[in-house]
Amino acid sequence: MKLYQAGMLLVAVCFLLMVGGCASDAPKGGSEEVTVFAAASLQDAFGELAKGMQVVPTYNFAGSQSLAAQLSQGARADVYASADDKNMQSAIEAGSVVSDTQQVFATNRLVVVTAPGSHISSLSDLAKPGVKLVLAGPSVPAGNYSLQALGKLAASGEYGGDFADRVQANVVSRENNVRQALAKVELGEADGGIVYGTDAKSSGKPIGTIEIPDKYNVAARYYIAPVKGASHPEAADKFIRYVLSEAGQKILSRYGFGPAK
Amino acid sequence: MPPGLRGVAARLLFALLVAVGLAFLTLPVLALLLRVPISALGSYITRPIVRDALLLSLLTTLVSLGLMLLFGTPTAYLLARRRFPGKRLVETLVEIPLVLPPAVAGVALLLAFGRRGLFGPLIEGAGFDIAFSTAAVVLAQTFVAAPFYVKAARSAFQAVPRDLVDAASTDGAHAGERFRYVLLPLAMPGIVGGAVMAWARSLGEFGATILFAGNFEGRTQTMPLAIYTTLESDLDAAIVISGILVVASFGLLITFRLLSGRQLDVVGLGE
Repeated sequence: MKLYQAGMLLVAVCFLLMVGGCASDAPKGGSEEVTVFAAASLQDAFGELAKGMQVVPTYNFAGSQSLAAQLSQGARADVYASADDKNMQSAIEAGSVVSDTQQVFATNRLVVVTAPGSHISSLSDLAKPGVKLVLAGPSVPAGNYSLQALGKLAASGEYGGDFADRVQANVVSRENNVRQALAKVELGEADGGIVYGTDAKSSGKPIGTIEIPDKYNVAARYYIAPVKGASHPEAADKFIRYVLSEAGQKILSRYGFGPAK
Repeated sequence: MPPGLRGVAARLLFALLVAVGLAFLTLPVLALLLRVPISALGSYITRPIVRDALLLSLLTTLVSLGLMLLFGTPTAYLLARRRFPGKRLVETLVEIPLVLPPAVAGVALLLAFGRRGLFGPLIEGAGFDIAFSTAAVVLAQTFVAAPFYVKAARSAFQAVPRDLVDAASTDGAHAGERFRYVLLPLAMPGIVGGAVMAWARSLGEFGATILFAGNFEGRTQTMPLAIYTTLESDLDAAIVISGILVVASFGLLITFRLLSGRQLDVVGLGE
């Protein structure tokens, strides 16, 4: 019983230490807070952005379609950053965002990522029987873009007219955001997947990357907008201005995003 | 305050606490059922994403249940009727998945049975491929739900009075016969009750499944995963699937209540 009590004490102390450790990272008092719902692919770049701005952002990263759904169900947020126009439009239709307040702040493109030791060395290998691929789901921006790119590759005739179908037949999971797709490749559970160039770049794992030529690639356009009825409209405005500022754009480009033309 | 009035106030407060507690537990389910589009129910159920999830959930939970019965019953019997060194350890090990967050279970399964996991090469060498397959769904469900069954079956075996078994022994029944004709029938209501609860748990399995088995319609997308996916694109479909799960879970709960009431009656200790 003594041993048991000592064990419990140890657990309690560890817990307190962990809580204490977190608390010391908490934002300094007095700064303005802003709640930002952002596409999963922005995770690393936005994390870095937070360090340079005057407001203190609290992030909710998920698939843009998840975030739009959460906003339409009344989730409280100040800023919405979507990885495509489609989900920004559905947020506008749902009344979460005021029309014409959205702005493009970054662009991105797709790449194929491969697990360490996989047998995928070219785009045509994606259609080889037995290959396991993970994509983002069709309602996720990255998944929707992937379908467009596969369609273009098939239409080119270079890979065979049924290329898209053969690739689809190899898909074993449709994840709810692009980072989950990347994670399954990093873990080696899947042989390959289609993600953003920025995801591949920020991955610390020894994954392979295969470029998709520009003529088949898609230009993913990221939109940002203040959320209607935000509780911190001024902080939201500051956040968005910083993202679009020279300093913000520099950070985004360092993470591999293209400029907001 | 006069003592009589104080009694009334205490009783009122008591009633209020219970009423708020009950309302909190029942209102969300009611709110869900009220939103189910009854008139269009047929058209939703025949939709591929809903239909596939229904069939897959039914298939996988039945297989999981079979595995739990096959491996869990001997374990439950052992824990209930035998003394051996390290028994407390075995008991704790069996109950680990009970306290483990399902997401942790998913990661653990991935690192054990995934392609790059501890046993991945072994499994692949044997010609099996678990990653992203329906088998992965079954493993996730069995992992999280089996402790519910083992715990219940163990209590059921334990509740059978020792003198009944001893009497059978005196009458010349050997171990196998004692199990088959005395222990098992007497423990049956409790065993079935445990199986029902484990079934309900595996039906609701989400975290371990989405991490370990992925999300693919007709192959690994069970009803909870289909709810998660449709919630973002088709709220009504998500509500329909949720409604079906509410009805199914409620049915399982009633079955369990009926059965667990019977256990004591069978042994002659009820009422």
